[in-house]
Amino acid sequence: MTAQTLVTTTPAQVPVRTRRRFLGRGGEDRPSWGTTIVLVLCTLAVIVPLYATVTMAFKTTEQSVDGQVFSLPNPISVDGFVQAWELTDFPRAFAISVFVTAVTVVGTVVLAAFAAYAIARNWGHKFFRWSFFYLLAAMFLPFPVLALSQVKLTGMVGLANPVGVALLHVMFQLSFSVLLFTAFIRGLPEELEESARLDGATTWVVFRRIVFPMMAPMSATVAIFAFLASWNDFMMPSLITADSTLQTLPVLQNIFQTQFSSNYNVAFASYLMAMTPAIIVYLFTQRWVMSGVTQGAIK
Amino acid sequence: MATAAATRPTSRDVAAPTPFRASRPRVNRTFYLFLLPTLILFTLCITLPAIMGITFSFTDSVGFGEFQFIGLTNYVALFSDPAIRSSYLFTIGFALVTVLLVNLLAFLLAVGLTAKIRGKIALRAAFVLPMVISGIVIAYVFNFLFSNSLPQLGQAVGITALEQSLLANPDLAWVTIVIVTAWQAIPSALLIYIAGILSIPAEVYEAASMDGASSMRRLVSITLPLVAGYVVINLVIGFKNFLNAYDIIVGLTNGGPGTATRSVAMTIFSGFTGGDYAYQMANATIFFLIAVVLAVIQLRLNRGRSAF
Repeated sequence: MTAQTLVTTTPAQVPVRTRRRFLGRGGEDRPSWGTTIVLVLCTLAVIVPLYATVTMAFKTTEQSVDGQVFSLPNPISVDGFVQAWELTDFPRAFAISVFVTAVTVVGTVVLAAFAAYAIARNWGHKFFRWSFFYLLAAMFLPFPVLALSQVKLTGMVGLANPVGVALLHVMFQLSFSVLLFTAFIRGLPEELEESARLDGATTWVVFRRIVFPMMAPMSATVAIFAFLASWNDFMMPSLITADSTLQTLPVLQNIFQTQFSSNYNVAFASYLMAMTPAIIVYLFTQRWVMSGVTQGAIK
Repeated sequence: MATAAATRPTSRDVAAPTPFRASRPRVNRTFYLFLLPTLILFTLCITLPAIMGITFSFTDSVGFGEFQFIGLTNYVALFSDPAIRSSYLFTIGFALVTVLLVNLLAFLLAVGLTAKIRGKIALRAAFVLPMVISGIVIAYVFNFLFSNSLPQLGQAVGITALEQSLLANPDLAWVTIVIVTAWQAIPSALLIYIAGILSIPAEVYEAASMDGASSMRRLVSITLPLVAGYVVINLVIGFKNFLNAYDIIVGLTNGGPGTATRSVAMTIFSGFTGGDYAYQMANATIFFLIAVVLAVIQLRLNRGRSAF
């Protein structure tokens, strides 16, 4: 990967370039209202389910079963949230989700950054080059293929719990993250590292003081994808974690399909509480989310 | 991504050794310490289960206790098992329909979002939003809408097919899974198309406009051919992801009605409870081989793309 490509894919530059490109296109300066209106109508497909979630969550139980899904809550009630809070034992489920996600994010960034630095700076060495392809191979290995053995193994070694889930989340994020980091580090100039080494800095100091700080934009991208994958995951925690009181927030939502299926306001309040953290993170990190998708696909 | 079209790096570029680095074979020992923890954990968590799974697929294990090797018996049985066949047919059919729908809609949205429009930033943020919402949770929301609001709408406008819940209809339940999967998958395909369209030089469009090409003509004759590489990559990535369908199906139909919407992942997971542990390991191995074939296709396509 050339340095030039990397510069242009740096997240910070995306919005700027986008704007310039748009101004330069065609000869017409007039915005198209027709296209704008069609697109606004299309956003209804995104908004309607989310709107229904919010309105249902704030209704009373009586109003939530009247069949008028899209009516506004009248009166506005937070009963749903209060009950959902208790039924899902929200503080505990939230804490477990935060724990799994935090371990996944930190573990992914740290392990992938170290590994990618070692690989990128020793590419001429067979062991490192082959390690790269070995780690990359997992990108083509879907979880269902490994699930039966992984559940058995995690059970055997006492990891049928959130720690095991976090560990596996890190492992499944590694391929993608090592790929992004390695490409990024190859684009960083080596002169700085070499002059530091001449001044007597060890590899560890060079990494911690020079390379890792320079990797910050890519670390942000890697961290956000690890966050989204881990926070929203259902398949892995539902299979790996044996004790249902240690389940993550998304998995716990299934209690509203079975035990409490008629309290719609409670169910929707709970869904809303489960999806809000990811939406908030997204609102603050859109830039990295958007650029990360593109970099992951066009590798 | 402006230069991506020209210099689109591939795994082959990464593989090309830099002569400068290759001439320094002596490796600082710290680098091994950087890489080894990852390699060891990866081997224990990914490689070991993979080898274990393939080994067990040749046994008659029920998940615990004693077992013996029975050769290819599980594989032979798989190919004549109607439940397995129908899960593969469903999953592949679902993945094909979904990948086509997702790409058609994502492409059209990308064209709209790169045109001269008002509120571009806000519109794009709105379309990308579904990507960050948990699949199982949004499936539960749609589950409610499909079983309550849609039948109401069907009655109101008099479409008899919609008066019953789609989720309970064995012939149409798969449509709901396609809709929700597309809802969630369009954003990433959309972002890749936006990058592709932005990589087309503005001069090309200017020249076409000067020659009097209509906007439809520009779309078909310029945009579409120039983002063809992105279309291919989106199709392969999407198809591969949709084959693993699980969360959204659990939230909508849980494989039902009957077994009408049971995906391959769901049949594999039935190996936990049904006593056919080794049998489902064989199923997983077949599934793995399909994933490998798709991966090879993807790498081939990447290589082909870098040629032009």
